[in-house]
Amino acid sequence: MNALSIEEVKRDTEIDPGEWRGIWVFAEQRRGEIQSSTYELLGSARGLAGKLDVPVTAILLGNEVKEPGSLLSAGADEVLYVKNAALDHFGVEPYSKAIANLISERKPEVVLGAATFIGRSLLARIAIKVHAGLTADCTGLDVDTEKRLLLQTRPAFGGNIMATIICPEHRPQMATVRPKVMKPLQEPYNSKGSIHEISVDSLSNRVNFLEFVTDDTSRINIAEADVIVTGGRGLQDPKNFAIIEELAGLLGSAVGASRAAVDAGWINYSHQVGQTGRTVSPKLYIAVGVSGAIQHLVGMQSSDYIIAVNKDPNAPIFKVANIGIVGDLFEVVPKLIEELKRRKET
Amino acid sequence: MRFVVCIKQVPDTTEVRVDPETNTLIREGVPAIVNPFDLYAVEEALILKEKFGGEVTAISMGPPQAEEALREVISMGVDRAILISDKHFAGADTWATSHTLAAAIRKIGEFNIILTGKQAADGDTAQVGPGIAEFLDIPQATFVRKVDELDMEKRTIRLQSMWEEGAEILELPLPCLITTVKELNEPRLPSLRGKLTAKKAEIPVWGFDDLDVEEAQVGLAGSPTQVIKVFPPPPRTEGELFADVEPAEAAKIIADKLTEKGLL
Ligand SMILES: Cc1cc2nc3c(=O)[nH]c(=O)nc-3n(C[C@H](O)[C@H](O)[C@H](O)COP(=O)(O)OP(=O)(O)OC[C@H]3O[C@@H](n4cnc5c(N)ncnc54)[C@H](O)[C@@H]3O)c2cc1C
Ligand SMILES: Nc1ncnc2c1ncn2[C@@H]1O[C@H](COP(=O)(O)O)[C@@H](O)[C@H]1O
Repeated sequence: MNALSIEEVKRDTEIDPGEWRGIWVFAEQRRGEIQSSTYELLGSARGLAGKLDVPVTAILLGNEVKEPGSLLSAGADEVLYVKNAALDHFGVEPYSKAIANLISERKPEVVLGAATFIGRSLLARIAIKVHAGLTADCTGLDVDTEKRLLLQTRPAFGGNIMATIICPEHRPQMATVRPKVMKPLQEPYNSKGSIHEISVDSLSNRVNFLEFVTDDTSRINIAEADVIVTGGRGLQDPKNFAIIEELAGLLGSAVGASRAAVDAGWINYSHQVGQTGRTVSPKLYIAVGVSGAIQHLVGMQSSDYIIAVNKDPNAPIFKVANIGIVGDLFEVVPKLIEELKRRKET
Repeated sequence: MRFVVCIKQVPDTTEVRVDPETNTLIREGVPAIVNPFDLYAVEEALILKEKFGGEVTAISMGPPQAEEALREVISMGVDRAILISDKHFAGADTWATSHTLAAAIRKIGEFNIILTGKQAADGDTAQVGPGIAEFLDIPQATFVRKVDELDMEKRTIRLQSMWEEGAEILELPLPCLITTVKELNEPRLPSLRGKLTAKKAEIPVWGFDDLDVEEAQVGLAGSPTQVIKVFPPPPRTEGELFADVEPAEAAKIIADKLTEKGLL
């Protein structure tokens, strides 16, 4: 076991990029379960590591994490597992301190994390500690192999423009990556490495974690879902949300909502898709009675496939839809439910 | 209680477009607004002040016209505002922005709670809040959707910090920083009296020489990240629009697609 020292991290201003090597992925776990976004990051990291000819390291913090070995088969050449009871539940202070110390000690050239609530809050603090640039919520990553620069592409200005960002003079090059955009490896990675446990002595945390409240557990969380059926103001009445729920039930999908539906009190905020809600990138997004205002589009337009039902042929949602149905949702959706039930039976 | 709220003036992103010729942002004629998320931060500070007393100070880093944004939050009830503006600060990324704002907050002196929006609508990074907390070495709670209790005796705040599947209930000692989401509250509209106060308010401007910062750590020079390319989002593949189909036919079209995608 290696011991990690917990002194204050020095903020280097003069760095030699040549000393920094390797790609790190922050392996996010919740209640001991490694999150799917981590496997996506490892898939993407393998591609970058091939181009840079460096190993991929997964950084795992926790105490009783289930199957840390899955990080190796998902693409890591080694796992640094900082194990401590104080790291069981996420805490931004001990996590950022432990990771910043590892970074200063081992000098990776790239550090990636998922752009989840945890990832965004955590990497933002680490980037300040190690004096690195951090690009938020990337949807594309590539490398300039000659200059060993990470080319980080992300939407900005509410998705109206894309920007490619580099970080030439600081290391590591840090980015958070939008969940569901990168693909995990199809085949298990034949990793030759292993899991290195690292112990830490004292990890102070001024924030007192009391408990976790899970929002309506019967429902699937939209950030994780492969399929989302979203209802908008076109539903007209909260009880009509039942047809969205029924459709979602048949597809085993999550239920999303436009802001108008949330503001009307038809469904709670954790279902809201869009600029003030969640950004989602499922494989399939079905929008029902949603106009597709720009603030809604920015939260869902990176979905792989979009189907929209709206009675207004000029609704902006049709600009991003792969299949657009101009029609009354109260006629189309019940028919669809019927059709799906019939197909499921046969 | 002393509250500091960080607000940013942003272009109304619904109106921003990219010039197809030059691939740059067309900013002309795009109205500037207070970052919508920052209004939840302002509102929460005002609610807490009304309950526990104290003073709310708003700060904004930006060009001279960002003063308008500060006047707007004064009209909501903010007690005082400071504009952080200097050509040295231009072109700052989140590292340099949080560094500069942290220096400004240090200069303000005593504070108990710093509030920021969850993210700015132009950059959408959600990094500046945690960045300020790190520079000031204070605890943070991000994406706060509910403040449960401010305990004046223990000097702690209990709140809900949002995650994808729910929320953590956390207790933080003061001073601390929180970033706010829409669910937290309903921002008030400016009052008539507030508008008058805002019109007359003196808004000091703090520049490079007023803050304890180095040239190499602010503005473009102090920004580790560099934007090298800006381009319009790739158009989505041409979709198919079915305008004249019977509901049953429409249902079949969708169901076929779902079958093809292996969802049934
Ligand atoms: C700062 C800011 C942030 C915002 N953030 C978000 C956000 O995060 N997420 C979000 O969604 N919005 C957001 N909005 C709001 C956004 O601008 C829109 O107001 C909202 O998305 C509209 O929701 P909607 O499409 O459900 O309702 P509407 O715009 O009212 O659209 C309803 C649609 O349903 C269709 N319809 C009606 N009846 C039927 C029927 N019987 N059959 C079929 N179709 C029917 C109508 O043709 C219409 O297109 C934000 C706005 C602002 C200013
Ligand atoms: N230039 C600025 N001046 C004041 N506050 C800012 C500035 N930039 C960002 N902030 C604050 O930090 C939050 C997050 O911004 P960002 O990290 O840029 O998405 C915003 O909601 C503001 O509260």
